[in-house]
Amino acid sequence: MRVFMLGWEFPPQISGGLGTACYGLTKALDEIGVGVCFVLPTALPVSGPSGVKLRTTADLAETTSVFSHMELHHLPAVLQPYGTTETYQQALRELGDMEQQAQPPPGPQDRKGPDEAAAMKVLAGTFCTAGGENYTGDLMAEVHRYARLAVELAQSEQFDVVHAHDWMTFPAGFAVAAAMRKPLVVHIHSTEFDRAGANVNQQIYDIERAGMHGASRLICVSYMTRNIITSRYGVDPKKIDVVYNAVEAPAVDNWQMQPIRTNEKIVLFLGRLTMQKGPDYFLRAAKKVVEKFKDVRFIMAGSGDMIQRCIEQAKAMGLQRYVTFTGFLHGNDLERVFQIADLYVMPSVSEPFGIAPLEALSHNVPVIISRQSGVSEVLTHVLKVDFWDTDEIANKVLAVLRHPPLQRTLRQHGHIELHKLSWRDSALKIRKIYDALAAAGQAKSP
Amino acid sequence: MASVVFYFQVHQPFRLQRYSIFDSGANYFDDACNEDICRKVAAKCYLPAGRLILELIQRHAGRFRASYSLTGTIIEQLQRWAPEVLEVFVELAKTGAVEFITETYYHSLAFLYNRQEFIAQTQKHCELMEKLFGQRPRTFRNTELTYNNDVARVVQDMGFDTVLTEGADHVLAYRSPNFIYQPPNCDKLKMLMKNYRLSDDIAFRFSERTWPQWPLTAEKFAQWVDQINGNGYVCNLFMDYETFGEHQWAETGIFEFLQAMPDKVLETGKNDFLTVSQAVERYPSAGEIDVPHMISWADTERDISAWLGNSMQSNALQDIYRLADEVIATGDDVLIDNWRKLQTSDHFYYMCTKWFADGDVHKYFNPYESPYDAYINYMNILDSIRGRIAAG
Repeated sequence: MRVFMLGWEFPPQISGGLGTACYGLTKALDEIGVGVCFVLPTALPVSGPSGVKLRTTADLAETTSVFSHMELHHLPAVLQPYGTTETYQQALRELGDMEQQAQPPPGPQDRKGPDEAAAMKVLAGTFCTAGGENYTGDLMAEVHRYARLAVELAQSEQFDVVHAHDWMTFPAGFAVAAAMRKPLVVHIHSTEFDRAGANVNQQIYDIERAGMHGASRLICVSYMTRNIITSRYGVDPKKIDVVYNAVEAPAVDNWQMQPIRTNEKIVLFLGRLTMQKGPDYFLRAAKKVVEKFKDVRFIMAGSGDMIQRCIEQAKAMGLQRYVTFTGFLHGNDLERVFQIADLYVMPSVSEPFGIAPLEALSHNVPVIISRQSGVSEVLTHVLKVDFWDTDEIANKVLAVLRHPPLQRTLRQHGHIELHKLSWRDSALKIRKIYDALAAAGQAKSP
Repeated sequence: MASVVFYFQVHQPFRLQRYSIFDSGANYFDDACNEDICRKVAAKCYLPAGRLILELIQRHAGRFRASYSLTGTIIEQLQRWAPEVLEVFVELAKTGAVEFITETYYHSLAFLYNRQEFIAQTQKHCELMEKLFGQRPRTFRNTELTYNNDVARVVQDMGFDTVLTEGADHVLAYRSPNFIYQPPNCDKLKMLMKNYRLSDDIAFRFSERTWPQWPLTAEKFAQWVDQINGNGYVCNLFMDYETFGEHQWAETGIFEFLQAMPDKVLETGKNDFLTVSQAVERYPSAGEIDVPHMISWADTERDISAWLGNSMQSNALQDIYRLADEVIATGDDVLIDNWRKLQTSDHFYYMCTKWFADGDVHKYFNPYESPYDAYINYMNILDSIRGRIAAG
């Protein structure tokens, strides 16, 4: 079984959960012997406040060396949906600088296998996006450019199934599947309704809808998402499988290690500061917590279009002393913030899945999650709240901070519960879907 | 001769209302929910089952007998919301074929934490039984059949003749629950141990269609009872009263089974029905049973981990009993009553994380979405209790 897989981010270049999910999934598929030809747009830094480093060849070698059946291909197109107009402009300038020095981009078919991929340089001719909320800029042009290049690449590849992650790769998936007469699986990690609430971008909705209806099969990350797909996009529920995300088991079980610290308790928000993630509800709950409990610090790790508003909101509430904004955290910084956190809160307004709570649990940090999340379908040893109920969020935050036995029990059971979720199980489910599609395809062909 | 000893446990807790850390006020109990459940269970179980037992006693001219334990909390609820159920119990008491057993009034785990409080609650319950039913109880059963040698000792010193507990395999070993036993060093106290296989055939498996013995008929069950003849004296069928009509719905045929079973047992001519006290009077003790560790009738573990299995439960229990002296010193009857109703074991059962992920019997009328919610709510209420103590 070989899969032509289309994504738009992959570690170490990630801005959210999709990259993490694609990595976990392809690694597990690789382990069960499914060959993956993973096609990525070229990434350019879209800087948040803390900045994201450019990928180095060493990083890439590290990422790809764990795979034995996977090939990573980069297409010279940039699909970065999250960012602001300023970062877009900045990326364009950086792009211009690079173009001056770089050689012409080699054709996609030149790059194959982990070694070649690892040796690849950041390409000239890369592009940037997209202005935050409105997806202005060249994003749509990029989506179509990515599709065209993907079809070119597909000509020289052997595969049984096309698998496309989220709307930006749907046109590419569709084009490749049609050109190569292969079944298409679309994988829904989030929908426009999750990201935009009521202000749905019609163009994106249309691409999503076309992809969903054109696909042979849909995979979505939760029943919550499945409901959106059937009710808002009119997709036949029989076409949809739910495959949950998972988390990699932590390398070391170091949950008893505590860094030297003061009495201050640390409550963590981790995610993009966008409407979808509910940072404003987090702050409102923080205000209520502080009324009852002063030895607390709220860390908001992440960047996004609401960061300015959140900083101002914190100030207006008199929370300056209690809230720290760190910007987007990566690698070691992320590890460290999990190590010092007493509690992780995910007050998302609409979260198709939500891998971050799993990561928190794998670091032995107890979590509060909103019921409006896919991950709340699989986790039981967590505290659940409605995102709008800031009294209840504060009530639960205070309970965890004030009652160590609660924190202890959540940690112990939460950590055990993580073992229920494995990428391997998800990959096995997906392989079954591939096998069924490939078998059906063969039955049809003369 | 094999004697069937039926004992029914009748209990409902005062469930708590949602109490956030931002709430104030001293109204902790969810009256609407408690009334709703009480009326529902009264209609589905307590009334039809009570009337059926009464009819069976009358039809068999006193040869059908049963024993009951009603907690103080269910009696208070019945007085408020379903007094017709209490009337049936008074009728049952008048037949002379029904024995009322005592336990802690508040269905608490006080024995584990505060001996004085345990004795006070037991006495309070004895007085209530005497007042309502005109019987001074001679038999004691601790909450959820929690039991060990110490319980036996204390209960004997309080003057009881008999104590009930679970016929747990790890305690009985090769012995059978179908005899009367004695606790070590308690020459005045007898113990009856639940025959959990036959009890659970009715209480849990009755409607289980995958069970090879389904459907369970009165004839079949009477045969199983008859098999005890020659291998024992008693068949101790201990179960929640809610088995009839609530755990096993009327549609399963549970009432028809209960109606027909006495006929089938009695028609052999060899077997009969006894109350707990009659059984210990008639049969000799077959020896001592040593129970050094706490056992109970809960879950497959038959231990107390359902109430004291994680650090939240341990913390909540210690905190409630830590307040004992201060609460009683206030002399405030309402506060003392609130504090005692918070001791009911169900509140700690709701905090059990053992089988939470699978979802099971722990869900029965459980008002919480998770054990964590149960703990948070409980601890917020304890804060309020502490506030009231401090305010004097």
